[in-house]
Amino acid sequence: MGQSIWQSMERKGYSRREFLQFCAAAATAAGMGQAGVAQVAAAFEKKEKPAVVWMHFQECTCCSESFIRASHPIVLDALLDVLSLNYTETLMAASGFQAEKSLNDTIQNNKGKYIVLVEGAVPTHDGGVYCMIGGKTAESILQTVAKDAAAIVAWGSCASNGCVQAAKPNPTGATPISKLVDKPVINVPGCPPIADVMMAVVTHLLVLGQVPALDSLNRPKEFYGRRVHDTCYRRPNYDAGLFVESWDDENARRGYCLYKMGCKGPVTYNACSVVKWNEGTSYPIQSGHGCIGCSEDGFWDNGPFYHHLPSFPGFGVESTADTIGTLVGVATLAGVAAHAVVTNVRKQKVIAEVHAEEQKES
Amino acid sequence: MSTSGEPVQDIFRSNGHAPTEYRRVYVWELPVRAYHWINATALVALCITGYLIGHPFHLLYAPEAYQQYWFGWVRFIHFVSAWIYIMNFMARLYWGFVGNKYARLKTFLPLTRAQRHEIVEVIKADVLQTKMHGPISTGHNALAAFIYFITFIVFLLQMITGFALYSNMSTSSLPRLFMWAVPLLGGEFGVRFWHHIFLWFFVCFVIIHVYLAFYHDYIEGRATISSIVGGWKFERVKDVK
Repeated sequence: MGQSIWQSMERKGYSRREFLQFCAAAATAAGMGQAGVAQVAAAFEKKEKPAVVWMHFQECTCCSESFIRASHPIVLDALLDVLSLNYTETLMAASGFQAEKSLNDTIQNNKGKYIVLVEGAVPTHDGGVYCMIGGKTAESILQTVAKDAAAIVAWGSCASNGCVQAAKPNPTGATPISKLVDKPVINVPGCPPIADVMMAVVTHLLVLGQVPALDSLNRPKEFYGRRVHDTCYRRPNYDAGLFVESWDDENARRGYCLYKMGCKGPVTYNACSVVKWNEGTSYPIQSGHGCIGCSEDGFWDNGPFYHHLPSFPGFGVESTADTIGTLVGVATLAGVAAHAVVTNVRKQKVIAEVHAEEQKES
Repeated sequence: MSTSGEPVQDIFRSNGHAPTEYRRVYVWELPVRAYHWINATALVALCITGYLIGHPFHLLYAPEAYQQYWFGWVRFIHFVSAWIYIMNFMARLYWGFVGNKYARLKTFLPLTRAQRHEIVEVIKADVLQTKMHGPISTGHNALAAFIYFITFIVFLLQMITGFALYSNMSTSSLPRLFMWAVPLLGGEFGVRFWHHIFLWFFVCFVIIHVYLAFYHDYIEGRATISSIVGGWKFERVKDVK
């Protein structure tokens, strides 16, 4: 601590050239372009290594797994080096009291300056007993670390919107981070989020020292501003009305749109079709499977994954709003037809009545 | 411009008794009729294209996407119809303030005891097929008017959910006013769900509305059907107040 990022890198044996390469990558990841490289280098020569604590609550660690698979190893290496990652259950060597001490020291020594990265939802039912670390509930730990944090990032859908833990009936009362702390939280949803997106968010905080532009759900606009559908390479097939009708049909082999197979791309805001996964190799739709909308709030409760409309509550898995609507429409038509039959049977009587009434009047 | 009072003979009767006199009443002014048919056209287009967007079928076959754009056109028609529908509705709201007494907005709500009584009478006549007692309104009957009011509400909900879905691919400012509906309904999953539910309300409305319009013409013989083309309805002279 107390060292600048450049000093720390120099000590680890990085050359000046490698440092500048890292600055270029960091500037790009933060969306600054080449013009920003000098600015980044200047900042990193002076800026102290920011202290970071990475909390794990109710989650599966897929966010961490994703993060360490970022496409740009130099940035990732450097990030893990330049960040002072003082506490993370998954990666740190310390355990037990040592680990607790590390967390406490970080908070005490960096008040108002450290970054909190949270992976996982926080259970609130039954006094929070469903997730406890070192004898303390997840919620109390979160409140402690959040109190003096410079920035809080919610990694993944669990921390952003509850994900599978918060799916109905949500037995543990799993709650997103933003609903528990009274500070702004940067939501980076996805199950997991894309490694390069996570890296870019951290880089942005690090390089510019400010929160990236966020949308109404506090997601970085840069990555969550467009739908998977709008940037999908299969989108022209959608506009042309060319759809896969069943898995492994001729249309699937031709790579037509997966809309009718329940692809959630049209309702999912994420950068999958632009950034892609595993060093830009592919993303679900490119691999022939529809998007399941994993970065959207409540995606587990809006299934099934293979219908594009959520199932209609109370009518079983297969019935959507449209199947119920069709039934109601047909019932209405039948009712109208029956009414028309009765009306015609009665018509002679109506005519006779009208005659009788008018004769009486005249 | 409410009545043009030339009594016409009830040609239905020719049995020697004195004919019942009917008077021609100019009920639906041109803006109301125009609203009705623009609304009807746009609504049918919206329902058909909306259903197609939910359940596209293979209308045209081409091996490659660049060779056709029919689904894009379906969506385009849906969006254009929605805009027409909304602007037409706004025009009708305006006419609800300046039009004749049959077009006024307050007729859509059962505010008076007489209107509430008529609702019961019309339900009896329509559903139980009893004979109407007393005169029926010359403009909208109270039940029909109230159902139209409900369609206005559902239309507003449909506009909110539709614009909420549309806002993110639009640069126009009006749709963006409704972006709050997305988090409110639990993301775009929920918005789309409700947008589909409301479609079926309109489908059922159209079926029942068209049927009942014919039904009332059929049993009352007062030109319910032709009035929405020409604007004139007939009321018995003794009923005219």
